[in-house]
Amino acid sequence: MISDLFSMTVLVGILASGIRLATPYLYASIGETFSQRSGVLNLGVEGQMLLGAFAAFYVALTTENLWFGVLAAIVVGGLMGLAMAFVTINLHAEQGISGIGFYLFGLGLSDLLFQKMLGTVETVKGFPKVHIPVLSDIPVVGEIFFRQNVLVYIALALVPLAWFVLNKTTLGLKIRAVGENPEAADSLGVSVARIRYFTVVLGGIMSGVAGASLSIALLNVFQQNLTSGLGFIAVALVYFGAWRPWGVLAGALLFSLINSLQLWVQVLGIPIPSDIAVMMPYILTILVLVLTVSRVRPPSALTKSFERGD
Amino acid sequence: MNSTSPAVEMKDIVIEFPGVLANDHVNLTLQEGEIHALLGENGAGKSTLMNALAGLYKPASGTIRVRGELVSFNSPRDAILKGIGMVHQHFMLVPTQTVTENILLGLNEPRFVMSLNKFDQKILDLEEKYGLFVDPTTKIWQLSVGEQQRVEILKTLYRGANILIMDEPTAVLSPREIDELMETMRSMTDQGKSIIFITHKLGEVVDIADRVTVLRKGVVTAEGESMKGVTKKDLAQRMVGREVIFTVERESHELGDVVMEMTDVSALNNRGLPALKDVSLSVRSGEILGIAGVGGNGQSELAEVITGLRKCSGKIFIQGEEISNQPPIKAINRGVSHIPEDRTAVGTAPSLSLTDNTIMKGYKKHPIGDGWRINFQVAQKHTSKLKDKYNIIAPSVNTPAGKLSGGNLQKLILAREINCEPRFLVAMQPTRGLDVGAIEDIRALLLEQRSHGAAILLISEELEEVLSLSDRIAVISEGKIMGIVDSEDVDIDKIGMMMAGMQEIRE
Ligand SMILES: Nc1ncnc2c1ncn2[C@@H]1O[C@H](COP(=O)(O)OP(=O)(O)O)[C@@H](O)[C@H]1O
Ligand SMILES: [Mg+2]
Repeated sequence: MISDLFSMTVLVGILASGIRLATPYLYASIGETFSQRSGVLNLGVEGQMLLGAFAAFYVALTTENLWFGVLAAIVVGGLMGLAMAFVTINLHAEQGISGIGFYLFGLGLSDLLFQKMLGTVETVKGFPKVHIPVLSDIPVVGEIFFRQNVLVYIALALVPLAWFVLNKTTLGLKIRAVGENPEAADSLGVSVARIRYFTVVLGGIMSGVAGASLSIALLNVFQQNLTSGLGFIAVALVYFGAWRPWGVLAGALLFSLINSLQLWVQVLGIPIPSDIAVMMPYILTILVLVLTVSRVRPPSALTKSFERGD
Repeated sequence: MNSTSPAVEMKDIVIEFPGVLANDHVNLTLQEGEIHALLGENGAGKSTLMNALAGLYKPASGTIRVRGELVSFNSPRDAILKGIGMVHQHFMLVPTQTVTENILLGLNEPRFVMSLNKFDQKILDLEEKYGLFVDPTTKIWQLSVGEQQRVEILKTLYRGANILIMDEPTAVLSPREIDELMETMRSMTDQGKSIIFITHKLGEVVDIADRVTVLRKGVVTAEGESMKGVTKKDLAQRMVGREVIFTVERESHELGDVVMEMTDVSALNNRGLPALKDVSLSVRSGEILGIAGVGGNGQSELAEVITGLRKCSGKIFIQGEEISNQPPIKAINRGVSHIPEDRTAVGTAPSLSLTDNTIMKGYKKHPIGDGWRINFQVAQKHTSKLKDKYNIIAPSVNTPAGKLSGGNLQKLILAREINCEPRFLVAMQPTRGLDVGAIEDIRALLLEQRSHGAAILLISEELEEVLSLSDRIAVISEGKIMGIVDSEDVDIDKIGMMMAGMQEIRE
């Protein structure tokens, strides 16, 4: 039965679903990369994802337009980001603790809204697979990469875009400077608050979309605690990826491939206790984090709030 | 605006921090094209005044005019737009970014996408013009302190600043780099810039300034006087409020046995780069060995390896017992005392009381403790005795240590470290940032320990302090001991050369 794993169709299946499973991580982690590079640790990603997922699901269900769903997730995620920015930047609240607060808020509110507005688990018809002409016909590669839903393509395109913005633009320079030495940035007339507002709201929007990618593209349902820890993994992947978009991509792919392997192991009925199989990706995350985190320094001003004249 | 108005005119500036009136109706006028020295002791309010001119602080009252035009800055950006650039005492650089990126940060040009090569060239041209050479593509953390300062100056010049504020630029430089900086400053005024030059060193004022303003405890004691009309002695008096004569009585006496000996000690700094390279030193009972050098050349690491706070290779002995790579308690038990560089982060726990801080080292010793309990009555009595003996000014022994002024805090640390009669004392920058009275007290205490037969390693960036207190002087540069000279026959020029890492002499 183990040998079933190594047949061509199964391998292709594992890889294709691995890439698909990576989408929510990619959106959330790339957004989180931006906030952390500017010095804000947002632990509320999970809460933002839950509310984004609910908003997307509910709007898609009622309007029967998936793009309205994505838009709703953007608005809700952005508002959550705005609140996080206000609390940490203007009120100088401790970032880690406020993040946990926003997580609990998102967890509770999304469940409440689910109970009141839906009541039961329903399904939507999510984003369909889009076959890219020509490319999707390439054997193996086509099946793995070019028969995915549109949110997968966007997520993958965001990686080089994020890299470019962070490293090759003046905006990226400001973001990195604010995260490394906000005093220096301030003394040159860069508004530390404005940059951090931008990155934290962007982070919220991306988390919202990450939620949408779960509820209207990947699973096509909404239920209580739909994300079940995914948002926290996304934060860990930013550390894993050493605050670099390509590193985050590598982490997201590795993690979701293991996850996908684990699912297939269960589907094929390979006799590994399912609890152990489910734990695999998480154990792997911890191991990898322990082994890699000391490699690169985090942004120097990460978690530090900034006030002029300190 | 008119052509005869001064470059900057600050009038009646008042800036207050909780509990401190940092600037009390201060006036300062900077003429076009001059080098104006702003002189004053540490804490006089020089940086505060200039931070107001650079848009970082807003004065509670007072006016600022730039070329006759009344201005009110809400942020550094406003000041930059008026042509004001400041080189801060603590550099404002992003260590992980390149020179070019640091210079371009916050500018409107380039607009969005950065093609750095084009700007590297522009920066090289600017470097050429003012003789400030540094590779634009290097990351800041790879540069020496002197080079980082050049980047700071380039940053202001690139923004077209014509009024430059330099906050204690010479404090971090070697004598040779200071000469180069003075050259640069002259070339900048030749090209029409006006400069405010902050320092607490009289010699530099005499060397370079056209006019001088002196601040003492937030008040102006000399307002824009021409250097032609004042003497050094006169300025010193205005700066400290009384006559200063630093003649330390250092009697010569017989030296005892070797107390501390280190051979071929090497160590890495926090970034994992070599900080100490094959350092061999010895200090005898009753001797002060001074370590002279520009800050950041391995001094902190040297103090740390001896006190057990940093790993090293090579051997360190205290009274014949090896203590290298042992926990700090081992050194303490062998009679090593440590006056650390950072009074609040390492030397004391600022929110704990005087009592807690004084017993931090001897809390296990009878009669204060019996190993696991502490007798607080005894501890408090002990502390108040020290408070009287060392003339520590504080409301009570229960006052949090952080509430003390720098001088009194330092005396508290000395009281703790000296009272246990150390055999070997490591004193790192013991008088930095203190007022003259406290400096004299601390120096006297060190000399007293010397006559009691303690061996002392004095590490200081103030050359004058090392020269006046030490029996022998070792010069450190880039982690290497460049030479050791007897204080009887010092040649200042030779020491200056060695501080710049230029010459190796061993005696
Ligand atoms: N941000 C601040 N908050 C509170 N007190 C400050 C602050 N900055 C400076 N001070 C105090 O104001 C006084 C003047 O400091 P400063 O301008 O830095 O002196 P100088 O540059 O002449 O050494 C000192 O007593 C200092 O402790
Ligand atoms: Mg200062």
